[in-house]
Amino acid sequence: MRRVRGLVLSPSAVTVMAIAAGAVLLAVGLELTGYHSGQAFRAMWHGAFGSWYAFTSATLLRAIPLIVIALGFALALKGGALNIGAEGQFYAGAIAATWIGLQVHSWGTVPAILAVWLASCLAGVVWMALPVLLRTRYGVLEAISTLLMNFIALSLVSYMVQGPLQEASGIYPQSDQIAEVARIPLIAGTRLHWGIAVAFGLAALIWWIFKSSQWGFHLRAVGQGAEAALVTGRIDRNRVLAAALLWSGALAGLAGGFEVSGVSHALYQNLSPGYGFAAIAVALLARLDPRGIVLSGILFGALEAGAGAMQRDAGVPSVAVYVVEAVVILVILLAGAAKAAGLGSRSPALSVGVEP
Amino acid sequence: MSEVVVLTGFLAAAVRVATPLMLAALGETIGQRSGVINLGVEGAMLVGALAAAIGASIGGSTVGVVAAVLSGALVALVFAAVAIGARADQIITGTAITLGAVGVTGTVYRWYFGPGGAGLGIETLAPVPVPVLHRIPILGPALFTQPVLTYAAYLLVPLTWWLLFRTRWGLKLRAVGESREAAIVAGVNPLVVRSTATILSGALAGLAGASLVLAQVGTFTEQMTAGRGFVAIAIVVLGRWNPIGVAVAALLFGVANASQFLFQAMDLDIPYQFFLMLPYLLTLLALAGAVGRVTAPNQLGR
Repeated sequence: MRRVRGLVLSPSAVTVMAIAAGAVLLAVGLELTGYHSGQAFRAMWHGAFGSWYAFTSATLLRAIPLIVIALGFALALKGGALNIGAEGQFYAGAIAATWIGLQVHSWGTVPAILAVWLASCLAGVVWMALPVLLRTRYGVLEAISTLLMNFIALSLVSYMVQGPLQEASGIYPQSDQIAEVARIPLIAGTRLHWGIAVAFGLAALIWWIFKSSQWGFHLRAVGQGAEAALVTGRIDRNRVLAAALLWSGALAGLAGGFEVSGVSHALYQNLSPGYGFAAIAVALLARLDPRGIVLSGILFGALEAGAGAMQRDAGVPSVAVYVVEAVVILVILLAGAAKAAGLGSRSPALSVGVEP
Repeated sequence: MSEVVVLTGFLAAAVRVATPLMLAALGETIGQRSGVINLGVEGAMLVGALAAAIGASIGGSTVGVVAAVLSGALVALVFAAVAIGARADQIITGTAITLGAVGVTGTVYRWYFGPGGAGLGIETLAPVPVPVLHRIPILGPALFTQPVLTYAAYLLVPLTWWLLFRTRWGLKLRAVGESREAAIVAGVNPLVVRSTATILSGALAGLAGASLVLAQVGTFTEQMTAGRGFVAIAIVVLGRWNPIGVAVAALLFGVANASQFLFQAMDLDIPYQFFLMLPYLLTLLALAGAVGRVTAPNQLGR
């Protein structure tokens, strides 16, 4: 097998290259379709970094769900499992957060917020339970089952906002506003909520788990197919996989809870502008390193914030940034950086139906 | 009498829904037999759908079909370059391709059709009755009074089977899918075989997108494929990587999907969203039942 390995790039060079490639391709695409790319990029920059208010209330605000979901994606992938269903778990978490948030009017602030967060985590776990069962009992590829669960979640949200959780007047497809006590306080002078601190804290925690904990070691062993450890029965592959996927679901659910209790204060359809998929780019750009995920999360938060401004001020559809996200992922993959993160040696069990 | 009409209409709807699934799944069967699992079929289908809409609005439905096939193949070429050429993770590559396809189609669609959207001004494919066969009671109108792309799907079933199991190329392709090393020893270049299979499957996914726009929905909307490409991948597993099984599985999905129209007509007071969930739930259940009892191509995903 011939493999050309002449060019060795440092990880940071690859990162810069991936972002540059995404930006250049977006610019070319915009020019080809008759938009002014200069105007679009200016609008984007202005929307993301133009002022302290833009940076906190647009960029950092959108970085919160991206960081939290990307941490979960990284956690699963360290164990060799792919959670492509964060979008669905996010919505499950948002539904649960809304439901609890509507019940707790008489509670204190701290218990109310904690209850909302816990409920959203649990909903994410519940949403992940079926894919985990299918994976460990029947060998169904979790990438496909979690993907399919996304579509079920979208229909469930649609049902909720037109059914059990619809606002009192019954006109609009959205829920009522959750109780004041269930809303995460904002940082003074901004629309940024304190969930950002939790996101940073979670990044530190997961960094420690990867680096120093026994569980982190088990994750790596399973993810890299350390046959010796698995054959001798020291590590139960299915248990490690199940735990990694369920925690991954919990984090995506929590991101949904953050969005409801910190930003929207109600359940809507299209609450997520594709956070679940953007987070994959966030995690891969950081090579699954939680510290890097914080930085790439902020970068992609800026991209999401800029996309909104771009649509408003330059008339460019905000879905155009999906192209940037896709290109970033592809460049990282092409550069072989994913191999360095332990992806290249994923165990064959990840193929459809190889193990019962 | 009226039961016959309802049954015929139901079966015809089932076949119409099954057509894009069958086309995409047959393509994906070829790809997976060579050891490639391509989640980018969803993206190829979506790009194919938009290309069909644009092509049809310029030069009629034939141009639309050709544009869809070519653009689907082009999307698969990108996948092949990254996942096969650079041997990157197939699942993540496929996800990224689909994500990019959503962005590209959303942008191009708004640019080309403007704020008003594609509307219903696209030349669609009318049902063409097959001589003699369409006179068969019940099944005739259901199976043989369909748009021409449905007949293409029928013909592709034996054709794909022949290609996979009766040609030298099919033998090479399956060899690569089962054992890379053995294939290399036998002088087969896995890179070429897998890339060809992937591009062929992308072309069929594009055709599936065309049938969605030109023969089923009649217009393009953003993200209109709604996971059909992923469902097609499940259908391949369900059909045990055999074109005939895949065709049967696709038809079963068509029947299950069309049953939602029946239920809705019965006015059972079940929210419509639950019917929308049905195909995905069925897919999950079917996967649980199918996997484990069948053997995937050994090299799948590697």
